[in-house]
Amino acid sequence: MEIKDLTIKDVKVGFAKKEFSSEELQAEILKLIEKENKKLNAYLSVFEDSFHAPRSTLHASLAGVPCAIKDNILVEDAICTAGSKILENYVSVYDAVVIKKLREAGAVILGKTNLDEFAMGSSTENSAFGPTKNPHDLSRVPGGSSGGSAAAVAAGLAIFALGSDTGGSIRQPASFCGVVGLKPTYGRVSRYGLMAMASSLDQIGTLTKNVYDSALVLSIIAGQDKFDSTSVSKDVPDYTSGIDRPIKGLKIGVPKEYFGEGLNDDVENAINKAISKFQNLGAEIIDISLPHSEYALAAYYIIMPSEVSSNLARYDGIKYGYSVGDRAKNLLEIYLKSRGAGFGEEARRRIMLGTYALSAGYYEAYYRKAQQVRTLIKNDFEDAFKKVDVIVGPTAPTVAFKLGEKINDPLSMYLEDVYTVAINLAGIPAISIPCGFVKEGGKDLPVGLQIIGKHFDEASILRAAYNFEINE
Amino acid sequence: MISKKEIERVAKLARLGLSDKEKEKYSKELSDILDYMEKLNEVDTKSVESTSQVTGLTNVLRKDENHHEANVEKIKKMIGQASEREGNFIKTKPILEK
Repeated sequence: MEIKDLTIKDVKVGFAKKEFSSEELQAEILKLIEKENKKLNAYLSVFEDSFHAPRSTLHASLAGVPCAIKDNILVEDAICTAGSKILENYVSVYDAVVIKKLREAGAVILGKTNLDEFAMGSSTENSAFGPTKNPHDLSRVPGGSSGGSAAAVAAGLAIFALGSDTGGSIRQPASFCGVVGLKPTYGRVSRYGLMAMASSLDQIGTLTKNVYDSALVLSIIAGQDKFDSTSVSKDVPDYTSGIDRPIKGLKIGVPKEYFGEGLNDDVENAINKAISKFQNLGAEIIDISLPHSEYALAAYYIIMPSEVSSNLARYDGIKYGYSVGDRAKNLLEIYLKSRGAGFGEEARRRIMLGTYALSAGYYEAYYRKAQQVRTLIKNDFEDAFKKVDVIVGPTAPTVAFKLGEKINDPLSMYLEDVYTVAINLAGIPAISIPCGFVKEGGKDLPVGLQIIGKHFDEASILRAAYNFEINE
Repeated sequence: MISKKEIERVAKLARLGLSDKEKEKYSKELSDILDYMEKLNEVDTKSVESTSQVTGLTNVLRKDENHHEANVEKIKKMIGQASEREGNFIKTKPILEK
């Protein structure tokens, strides 16, 4: 089997059969990274040997398995840039809780992956360090903001990766790169050590080559954390147990609002084929409505920038990060010049949007209105889940678009998130799995199917996804 | 249309230094984006509660006990990246000026 196709299970079998050792596997993947990363730009930094030593026994669930981490999740003593010039040389002072958990499970961290600056974007073109290319077609984007992580897994430069998802940033790149991307329920995984973008929406999640691996890694990174008071005390089950239970009788909702204008025809065909497949596997397909779907994007693009404007206030050129220092006359100038120069265009755009929406005279009209619409969106899902177990639809309205195609039209870029943002607003879990290809420009481009579940019901979406994946 | 003056006000609140060209660009872009947000006015939200977070958690407390050691290495790491330092302190320009 090719190194680049190895799953976590393959790796563990390989170790057990003594086909290769942990060190040999790391060395092979590092060679592959050396060869491919120049053209893909998936990794921003690749670690020296000192980070490779697994800190647990060979029996730990991820012992010796190499992974990649999105560069907005802190790994102690390693640079963490958030894809931004303002943190170009920032050295992490502690491990994120998810990193601690991965280390305890024996995982080996190969390096940090590229992202849109501060996780803002749907293409990884907003990175201060150049875009990442889609391994399926180097002239196209890998999606964003976890584009580096998705591309790394798709190209076999990591066995699995972690990303973060605030409005689709794991699921959409998973869809564009043909890998599995899971965003857990809000509160399922600790956000301690994740550079905050929008605190009521962010979640860390997984990018993997198959559904089983996603369930395995989720079981390890999930759990309540005393350092994240938004993490919930629900028990963490073994998400791999029961994942293969057949889905006969599973009630799958298909929202009519997800199949309207704006959805690419070829993508729609692939999704419809996927829904038929579920039917053939014995699931019951039920038409549902999520009436406030069309307002999700507007609500999201008010709430998220508002929270962003607050969370990014800490990058002020004083405590850490890029600073103009003595080139400023006074304190105000330090702020204006450091932030003005350190932040990229999209970051500044969203900070401005959020500051405006929260400022006196506009708060009621924008922010509070959006929060009320958020309640209605959340209620839509709750009502739907009274009739169905999971909901399916396209992850994105298109396949991977060309580099440069949407970067000058912010609104058209935002529209890429039309199917993913409502999920973050409601705080429910969702997974994107590959469900086919569309031929464009002579290349086969992956299509992602999104499966959405109730709060803390990752088990159902994983089971539906697993059954879809293993059956023809 | 958001005026250049509005943009200047917002930029100052956000502590972002923008050039004149940038102010014009953001003026147009923010206006376009906020026009799209007008969509939300189609929704009747009379007597609808706001959702600020979905967990329903409130008042997550811990005991007010000090569990941290004054680890010199850690302190050095934490303030070591400030652009201006003096001893164990981060230095800034004056906040109040004559």
